[in-house]
Amino acid sequence: MEFPEELKYTEEHEWAFIEDDLVVVGITDFAQDALGDVVFVELPEIGTMVEAGKPFGVVESVKAVSDIYAPVSGEVVEVNEELSDSPEMINTSPYEDAWLVKIKVNEPGEINDLMDAEAYQAFVEEEGGD
Amino acid sequence: MRYIPHTEAEVNRMLAAIGVESVTDLFGTVPATVRLKRPLNLPEPLSEAELVREFRRLAANDATASSHLAFLGGGAYDHFIPAAVDHLISRSEFYTAYTPYQPEISQGTLQAVFEFQTLICQLTGMDQANASMYDGASACAEAVLMAVRSKKRRKVLLSAALHPAYRETVATYCRYLDLDLVTLPWSNDGATDPAALEKMMDDQTAGVVVGYPNFFGVIEDLADLARPVHRHRGLLIAAVQEPIALGLLRPPGELGADIVVGEGQSFGIPLSFGGPYLGFFAARREAIRSMPGRLVGESVDRDGRRGFVLTLATREQHIRREKATSNICSNQALCALVATVYLSLLGRQGLREVAEQNLAKAAYAHRSIKAIEGFSIPFKGPVFNEFVVEAESGAEGVLTDLEQAGILGGIPLGRFYPNIPEMRGRFLVCVTEQHSKKEIDALTAALAGGGA
Repeated sequence: MEFPEELKYTEEHEWAFIEDDLVVVGITDFAQDALGDVVFVELPEIGTMVEAGKPFGVVESVKAVSDIYAPVSGEVVEVNEELSDSPEMINTSPYEDAWLVKIKVNEPGEINDLMDAEAYQAFVEEEGGD
Repeated sequence: MRYIPHTEAEVNRMLAAIGVESVTDLFGTVPATVRLKRPLNLPEPLSEAELVREFRRLAANDATASSHLAFLGGGAYDHFIPAAVDHLISRSEFYTAYTPYQPEISQGTLQAVFEFQTLICQLTGMDQANASMYDGASACAEAVLMAVRSKKRRKVLLSAALHPAYRETVATYCRYLDLDLVTLPWSNDGATDPAALEKMMDDQTAGVVVGYPNFFGVIEDLADLARPVHRHRGLLIAAVQEPIALGLLRPPGELGADIVVGEGQSFGIPLSFGGPYLGFFAARREAIRSMPGRLVGESVDRDGRRGFVLTLATREQHIRREKATSNICSNQALCALVATVYLSLLGRQGLREVAEQNLAKAAYAHRSIKAIEGFSIPFKGPVFNEFVVEAESGAEGVLTDLEQAGILGGIPLGRFYPNIPEMRGRFLVCVTEQHSKKEIDALTAALAGGGA
């Protein structure tokens, strides 16, 4: 299981990363492993306002459906169009190819409220997930 | 896999294995205070022969399509059922199997349902169909919910000429959902008023529902109705209560329908006092994730052999829970099998022939009744196998007289439209391939004799 150092993490298993003045969001290796083969991703339209802690999309595997929660509040300015044709990228490359959305945040500091890699790894291990 | 009950010996072996004296002991944890301490209040059991006699006695109290000459339609139709249908569905693998959807042991059932889905797509002109729903009315309600869900709008227009039970069922399903169900009036040809639709259709309307044919037997102009609906990016839902018509009419999918639902009872299922019947539901490719109901898919196993499975289960409530596309977790597998056998036996050509007979015989009755003094045809729109008749002297009286003569002449319409006085004189007459010319002449004679 991978926990890249440079990312921030949520308890709902999303990751967030500052890129220029945007926050890039995806789901973690732990999440894709728990879901199984991803077959469909439902993402918001560009321009949608998202709120930290509220669901903004859905990831669907063959056996389960999971809401994706926004780690920060702001406006969706970019959406990963490739996921509609290749949802399996979430399984093969959750941290790179399978970013979900890019958000223009209201408060740049909000991302610091999230867990760092070490804290997230401890959280996951405590949850007993494998 | 068929259902095989346990023998007494098997039950005793199981009890011995777990160390329990009797089956009653398994209920030992139920408190004595709530246990029934007397036999159930039921009459004495009867032998098979006595039971058959008793049911025959009860059945003799009913007026049916067998005991009377019946011209009743209105959502349930008397069509000929070939003997092969019963013969095939009576196989215990189909008849007694319970929820046979595990792909490991139910490929036969799954394939039959897949073929049913395929036939529905061919008849309706749509991309995919589900494994069936309970009946036409609930399928119609599910279509309304799907339109509301996918368009994220709260208003739905329902034709007043749509089957009243379908409209009632839609209202029931939508009751606590804070939706706006608006009625579209019909015009004097008995079809949905296109001017009213033009006026009432807007960007808040998720969908518009019309019958095809409608409750009055009139064939709606779907292509014409689709235009204002699509201009406002809403969905046109066609409800086919008599799908034998699809043997002759253009498929709703070709005319602009976005969702097609209907009642499959006409495809080999007996009238049976209202059920079990067979709802069908078909939609376009891009809407598949929004569709309710079970879906059977075709795939290959790891050895490359074709196999069938229930698929896209993540739409359903056992996975998506309150966000599921529906709470339905069932279908009408046996009835769907009946329809599949019926349609396979008839084939495209046979279905067309049945439809042509329906059309021709109803047209003959239409002409004959129109010529009777005191009777008229109020709606000018084109009809398939049923039509509305107006009796100057009132519908109920005419029909009661006919019943004395052993004829069930039609369905009185007044009860469905209490706020429209002229409906009190009207009744719905249905003619199918089951009626001979002599029988239609008997109806006409009875109407002429007793009538005005």
